Amino acid sequence: MTIERKFKIGKPILEVKNISLSFGGVKAITDTSFDVLEHEVRAIIGPNGAGKSSMLNCINGIYKPQQGTVSFKGKEIPNITPNLMAQMGLSRTFQNLALFKRMSVLDNILVGRKLHTKTNFLEVAFQLPKVKKEEKINRERSEEIISFLEIEDIKDTPVGKLPYGLQKKVELGRALATDSSVILLDEPMAGMNVEEKRDMCRFILKVNDELGTTMVLIEHDMGVVMDISDRVVVLDYGKVIGDGTPDEVRSNQKVIDAYLGVEH
Amino acid sequence: MKPVFMTYTKKDLINLAVCMVLSVLVIPTFITTEYWYTSILIPWLCLALATIGQQIVMGYTGQLALGAAGFMAAGAFAMFNLILRVPDLGFVGSLIVSGLIAAAFGILFGLPSLKVRGIYLMVATLASQFFIIWMIDKFGWFKNYDSSGIITAQDIVILGKPFTTPLAMYFVCLAVTTVLTLLAMNMARGSTGRNWMAVRDMDIAAESMGVSLLRTKVQAFAISAFYCGVAGALFAFCYLKSLEPVAFDIKLSFKILFMCILGGLGTINGAFIGAAFILLFPVLLNAIGNNVFHGAIDATIISSIEQVIFGGLMIIFMIYEPLGMAKLWENIKQKWKTKISSSTNLKSSLGKKT
Repeated sequence: MTIERKFKIGKPILEVKNISLSFGGVKAITDTSFDVLEHEVRAIIGPNGAGKSSMLNCINGIYKPQQGTVSFKGKEIPNITPNLMAQMGLSRTFQNLALFKRMSVLDNILVGRKLHTKTNFLEVAFQLPKVKKEEKINRERSEEIISFLEIEDIKDTPVGKLPYGLQKKVELGRALATDSSVILLDEPMAGMNVEEKRDMCRFILKVNDELGTTMVLIEHDMGVVMDISDRVVVLDYGKVIGDGTPDEVRSNQKVIDAYLGVEH
Repeated sequence: MKPVFMTYTKKDLINLAVCMVLSVLVIPTFITTEYWYTSILIPWLCLALATIGQQIVMGYTGQLALGAAGFMAAGAFAMFNLILRVPDLGFVGSLIVSGLIAAAFGILFGLPSLKVRGIYLMVATLASQFFIIWMIDKFGWFKNYDSSGIITAQDIVILGKPFTTPLAMYFVCLAVTTVLTLLAMNMARGSTGRNWMAVRDMDIAAESMGVSLLRTKVQAFAISAFYCGVAGALFAFCYLKSLEPVAFDIKLSFKILFMCILGGLGTINGAFIGAAFILLFPVLLNAIGNNVFHGAIDATIISSIEQVIFGGLMIIFMIYEPLGMAKLWENIKQKWKTKISSSTNLKSSLGKKT
């Protein structure tokens, strides 16, 4: 990991401060804070039910935390909605795949270009020249992403018919198509075999390296996480129990206890 | 396939050319009986247009709505009042404005879709059906204080020329339907359609990609109601030639819903196939009743049989081909293609051997 990076890790781009989230009486997240630096690969790990996905949903605006704030690009965002975050340049994938099943791979990725589509429905209906121009640009960008992810041969297949591993790739593609500065990946490698995992890691690093996209990912597989991420935050029972480089986290006693169990 | 002209592929252009030749040249030359125009072709075009409206909101955007006939009534009565009170607009102008008035109702009654979904939305959209009909019945102004309850529609005059013969009216319907179908296809295949389908397939993901649920759903309802409004105006002026709220009752809404589902959800050509099937099927049954059984079966029994068969077909389609007749047609074409190609392959391989 001594190779010079094209995009140097910079200032915090995303900051989560004192977030608390509960569903009725169940506390999912308690007073959690961490930050994500520009151009880094940041992992959130933790045992099942630690509140990792809830954390992403808070950042992205799907859940509204009872307490705490999320700052993005130096601005504190009071009323977060998924739409607003997308417009500010934050995209995501979902744990249980949230693709548009009846649409083709290309169309799915084209939806990711939504924020780069400025024409309205009347202009589309009458196919004005600027619609064609815009559509051409969006299609070219989508094709680029498709060849980047090496899924050219399935681009016209309805996504619902694809195997799981490929669907995960398409979802990454859709997030990439937004040209966001930050992408949240919710378990991008869940349910994949070793080879597929290696592939996915390669893509994540390639995106981070070539486009400088900041990646925030949730992962179960400790080995994978330690290999690809710059910094790791460990959650357990909705609380941060460790935060730092992979090596620091690995030697953190609390983290070891949470993962391996501790004698009572 | 690569588009050759605008967004259309070579196949689309051939299809369009075939449809145009059939509808503009072949049908007017070979069909001379008025019955075909007044009772089959004109209502077919009108209802297909309304079904496209239903497709946009239900097939593409995935919002279960049941109130197409209400929007049709809004369009029809708007048309009547516009021609009566603002004669300067002309026929085409009035048609567009009545579509826009229906669209305004569409926006109003589409708002519940932001909070409720599925079967509950269907119930909520029923409000449009009942409210619009009630409003027209309640306030005499909409009917120009006509006491008989049935108003005769004004004659269609475009650029000073009257369009009163069945053939002329057929051409009016054909022109409007063709233009609106092409516009609908452009939207469905472009970024607008992708937003609709994204909302249909996974709304949370759509929102995370920057697709506004509010705007997309309301837009779909508005465009859908526009199509229904224009269809309703044509339905009243070219087919019924009269205006009465009863013509736009819930039964018509259901009919359009069936056309949409049987034709194939999320397809434009399905709207035409579905409308043709539901219109022609009773005609066919009647013909069988008269010619095969020589009137031995009572007409009321035939119309009951019709309902039974429709119900049965709906169930069969929902189970075996949820994407409807348009998909069925695709499959048949695909099968024929593979059959033809395999038989030519066989022939050529046999030819090589001998």
